[in-house]
Amino acid sequence: MVKWTEEERRIIRGVWEKVDIDEIGEELWARALIVYPWIDRYFGSFGDIFTTTAILKNPKLAALGKVVLSALDTAVKNMDNFKALYAPLSRQHYEKIKVDPDNFRLLAECITITIACKLRAELNPQVQATWQKFLSAVVEAMNSQYK
Amino acid sequence: MTVAEMSLSGKDKTVVKAFWDKVAPKTAEIGGEALGRMLTSYPQTKTYFSHWSDLSPESAQVKKHGATIMGAIGDAIGKIDDLQGALSKLSELHAFKLRVDPANFRILAHNIILVLAMYYPADFTPEVHVSIDKFLQNLALALSEKYR
Repeated sequence: MVKWTEEERRIIRGVWEKVDIDEIGEELWARALIVYPWIDRYFGSFGDIFTTTAILKNPKLAALGKVVLSALDTAVKNMDNFKALYAPLSRQHYEKIKVDPDNFRLLAECITITIACKLRAELNPQVQATWQKFLSAVVEAMNSQYK
Repeated sequence: MTVAEMSLSGKDKTVVKAFWDKVAPKTAEIGGEALGRMLTSYPQTKTYFSHWSDLSPESAQVKKHGATIMGAIGDAIGKIDDLQGALSKLSELHAFKLRVDPANFRILAHNIILVLAMYYPADFTPEVHVSIDKFLQNLALALSEKYR
C-alpha cells in the first residue's frame, strides 16, 4: 500500500468533502459513456444510455453511481488498507462482471474531469496531483485480483 | 504504444472549431496551466525540460511554452482536414530533435482537457469532450508520424 503524508490525507479529504455523491454519481456516467462509448458493453440491461439526457435520467445508472462513489468513500476513510478491503470487489469485477480493468482507469479519469468541472480552480496543480495519485491507488486496488 | 486512429467526423470538426473559437481569448493561459499541471502530476515529464531553471506551475518558462503549444494546436485546427500535412515540420522536430516519447502526448492531452473543463464547465459537455479528445488523439498521431 502507498504511504500517505498528512498533507496528502488532508488534500484528499478536502476534495472528497466537496463531492456531492448524488450529483457526481450521475454526471460521471454521462462523461464515461459518451467519451468512451465502448463501456456500454457492461450495461446491456440498463435501458437507454446513449445520450447525455437519457444517461442523466437513468435510475439504474444513478444507483450504480452511488454504489461506485460509496466504494470510493470507503477508500477515503481507510487510506492505509483499502487495497485489502477492495479485494472482494476486484474479484467480483474480474470473475463475475468480467470488466476489462482498463475501464477502471477510464472511469477514474472521468471522475477527475467531473470533479474539475465542480471544483474548478480549487483543484490546483498540487491538489490535482494528489487526487490523481489517490485514484491511481484505487485503480490498482481494483486490478489486484485480476490473476 | 499505438492507438487505432479514429477519424474525425464532420460533426467532430465543427464542434472542435466552435469550442476553440469560444476559448480563444484564454488559450495561452490554458496552455500554461496544462503544462504546469502535467509537470506536477506526472513528474517523469520533467525529464524533457532539464534545461529550464523553474518547472513549477508558476514558472514563466512553463507558461510561455504552454502558450506556444496551444498556439500550434490552434493552427492545426485551422488545417483540421490535413493534420498530417499541418504537423509535418513539428513531427520532424519531436521525432529527431526532441525525441519525446509519444506516450507523453496522451498525458498532455489529459491535462489540456482537465483545464478546459475547469475553465468552461458548462460548455465542456460530454459531447464537446469526446470530440476534443478524438481531435487531440489524431493530433498526437500526426505528431508521431515521422518517428519511425
